[in-house]
Amino acid sequence: MVCNDSEHPAPPGPRVEDRLPESAERSLKIVVVGGFGAGKTTLVGSVSEIRPLTTEETMTRDSVGVDDLAGVGDKTETTVAMDFGRITIDRRLVLYLFGTPGQQRFWFLWNGILEGALGAVVLADSRRLADCFPSMDRLEEDGIPFVVAVNVFPDSPTHPPDELRAALDLPDHVPLVACDARLRASGRDVLLTLLRHLYDSATTAVSAPDPSEAP
Amino acid sequence: MTEPDGRDDPGEAAHPEAGRAATGRGTRNGRPVPLYVVTGGRSGTPGRRDPLVLDLVTLVVTRTSPVPPGMPPEAAALLRACRYPLSAAEISAHLALPFGVLTVLLADLEADGHVELRQTRDAERDAADTDIETLKALIDGLQRL
Repeated sequence: MVCNDSEHPAPPGPRVEDRLPESAERSLKIVVVGGFGAGKTTLVGSVSEIRPLTTEETMTRDSVGVDDLAGVGDKTETTVAMDFGRITIDRRLVLYLFGTPGQQRFWFLWNGILEGALGAVVLADSRRLADCFPSMDRLEEDGIPFVVAVNVFPDSPTHPPDELRAALDLPDHVPLVACDARLRASGRDVLLTLLRHLYDSATTAVSAPDPSEAP
Repeated sequence: MTEPDGRDDPGEAAHPEAGRAATGRGTRNGRPVPLYVVTGGRSGTPGRRDPLVLDLVTLVVTRTSPVPPGMPPEAAALLRACRYPLSAAEISAHLALPFGVLTVLLADLEADGHVELRQTRDAERDAADTDIETLKALIDGLQRL
């Protein structure tokens, strides 16, 4: 037991080995979305350097903005949970990955989940592709860039990429990759696919000025 | 301002949200401390001219050592947990505080100079703003994993 605080022998907080460097100053987040059982929590856990944690938010009817449930009372509360993991990139940068467990109707209403996110990974189960449609719709509405990762389960049928793309009605510019969410290297490659997609978009936007302004 | 004993500041009770949040929770139904006690009965940060928008990934670092006497237990636990930078999401998980409750607590601690917040969410920190150097650093960092 490593602890110098004799007054409080086991204060809540990270383990010593899970501490971020004092110089950590910039944090970024990626959101993992998809249908129930697609492997979101598994993906977060496989790439995270810390044991995944869970944070919760209780949202009242007012902040949720759903229809009043007559007779229930003056306030309806919904608790939404988010599992998350962390990757320390360097002395300055920390990357967080958030994924809501299961299929929660209200996850996107948690103010701050999507805002400021670098982008999202839509995790799809090839046996139930349609399950990730609501998530994709939401990301498109909010203008959050995303990639689709098809989590390959042992009994998954193998579809050629173009068939998957057609089934998902996926535009050409959205990357589509296969992955095994249980494997760290595979999960990492999904994140790299997203980041390279963001990088390409950013550099293309910068290096392709309006043709009318060209000399 | 939260009183050192964690009870409602009488000045805050005038805020309409304060009364509602308190009566909504009612009695101590199994909870050791009702959450409205932690937040001083508030559900937001009223009166703040520039609303502090905390992101789940805002990094928090304690700037008070040792923990000042008379701190409410949740605030004291937070100050101990954040001796090294810790994201708001991690604090919420370690201290078992819903994120909204934590936001109120952090706003008070920041106003009193007890914590430093690194990177709150605002318009300048939008996703579209993420610079190319940062993306490059993230890609390089992940490739080293």
